[in-house]
Amino acid sequence: MARYDRAITVFSPDGHLFQVEYALEAVRKGNAAVGVRGTDVIVLGVEKKSTPKLQDSRSVRKIVSLDTHIALACAGLKADARVLINRARIECQSHRLTVEDPVTVEYITRYIAGLQQKYTQSGGVRPFGLSALIIGFDPYSGAPALYQTDPSGTFSAWKANATGRNSNSMREFLEKNYKETSGQETVKLAIRALLEVVESGGKNIEIAVMTKEQGLRQLEESEIDAIVAEIEAEKAAAEAAKKAPSKDS
Amino acid sequence: MECVFGLVGDGFALVAADSSAVNSILVHKSNEDKIMILDSHKLLGASGEAGDRVQFTEYIQKNVHLYEFRNGIPLSTAAAANFTRGELAQALRKSPYSVNILLAGYDKDIGPSLYYIDYIATLHKVDKGAFGYGSFFSLSMMDRHYHSGMSLKEAVDLVDKCIVEIRTRLVVSPPNFVIKIVDKDGAREYAWRETIKDAEVPTA
Repeated sequence: MARYDRAITVFSPDGHLFQVEYALEAVRKGNAAVGVRGTDVIVLGVEKKSTPKLQDSRSVRKIVSLDTHIALACAGLKADARVLINRARIECQSHRLTVEDPVTVEYITRYIAGLQQKYTQSGGVRPFGLSALIIGFDPYSGAPALYQTDPSGTFSAWKANATGRNSNSMREFLEKNYKETSGQETVKLAIRALLEVVESGGKNIEIAVMTKEQGLRQLEESEIDAIVAEIEAEKAAAEAAKKAPSKDS
Repeated sequence: MECVFGLVGDGFALVAADSSAVNSILVHKSNEDKIMILDSHKLLGASGEAGDRVQFTEYIQKNVHLYEFRNGIPLSTAAAANFTRGELAQALRKSPYSVNILLAGYDKDIGPSLYYIDYIATLHKVDKGAFGYGSFFSLSMMDRHYHSGMSLKEAVDLVDKCIVEIRTRLVVSPPNFVIKIVDKDGAREYAWRETIKDAEVPTA
């Protein structure tokens, strides 16, 4: 096995690209990220590992805008993310310059995934160690979209997905609890999914909401705390209802 | 015979430009918008070779937007002006752009400003400026009537005076003008001054 994870990404005898798989391991160690698509909003949530006391948390933005109608969150190597985000931002403007139209979510996802794939088939480079969740509204149809890419360069569209640490638990939760939602309900669903794996509190979660009219809005810590409180209250009420004796015969 | 001129008033900057698109003796259209809104608080009035004008100003606009996405804050007007000048200077001894530019912007900390950037990459920060044959008339008019801190009404009156001069004294004067303004509330179209209206497309 050790002979087949050399610096260059080459196949192993049993058809694996170990560098890509190791990159996926790096993603699994990254912070949890979740994306949920609603009918009129799309929500991205990211786990915020405890900030060191002396760090300025504003300089560590984990959910970024690529264009006025596209945003991205990722799990994995943040330095690799910086490079990909920069290339994607340039591509968004370049597309607008050459064809006078904004990119579709699918186009920019395909571009990012294409970049990630290139680095699995080039000499002397290693794959990007991150999975990206890309959200946005289609500029023509106005439909909301959520896509995910991974280090191998594959991408697909999702109604809701999670990546990074404990993504399996979050995905299970989403599969069980997903339904078409809009507005605040979508935000709550995303936060509930994150709370499955993250310590509760606005301090540990970063949430951003994309709407067609106003683009990306990062939620304030106080807003997140308020919604978390709502969710906890709902959970407590549900627990109480279960425990209360049924009055129906 | 393209005319672009602009001035700085009290808390705002105005840019006016003619709106005819001409090829030798043919007028393609009389409602061509030559003042690009660069970002929320910047205007770019340009005159020159039609292809270069659109190509260069769109290129500057996309780069200004890219800066804003990369850095989370918009470029200042001075930085945008210097960037524009730099691009013109780079291209100058290879394949120069034939575009003259008046860049007007509003910054929260310093207020309105106007920059004169000509096709050989001259850059000046000015209170009033003009390009084209019309500049002979509009600059003289502004020299006579401009004073710093003009109110919006005074400034628009001055712009109208300049347009009247251009219309009476320039042999092939453009029929229509567009005026755009940038102030603390952003960059937007202010008014059109039309003598020829393109015919409405008849509806069925």
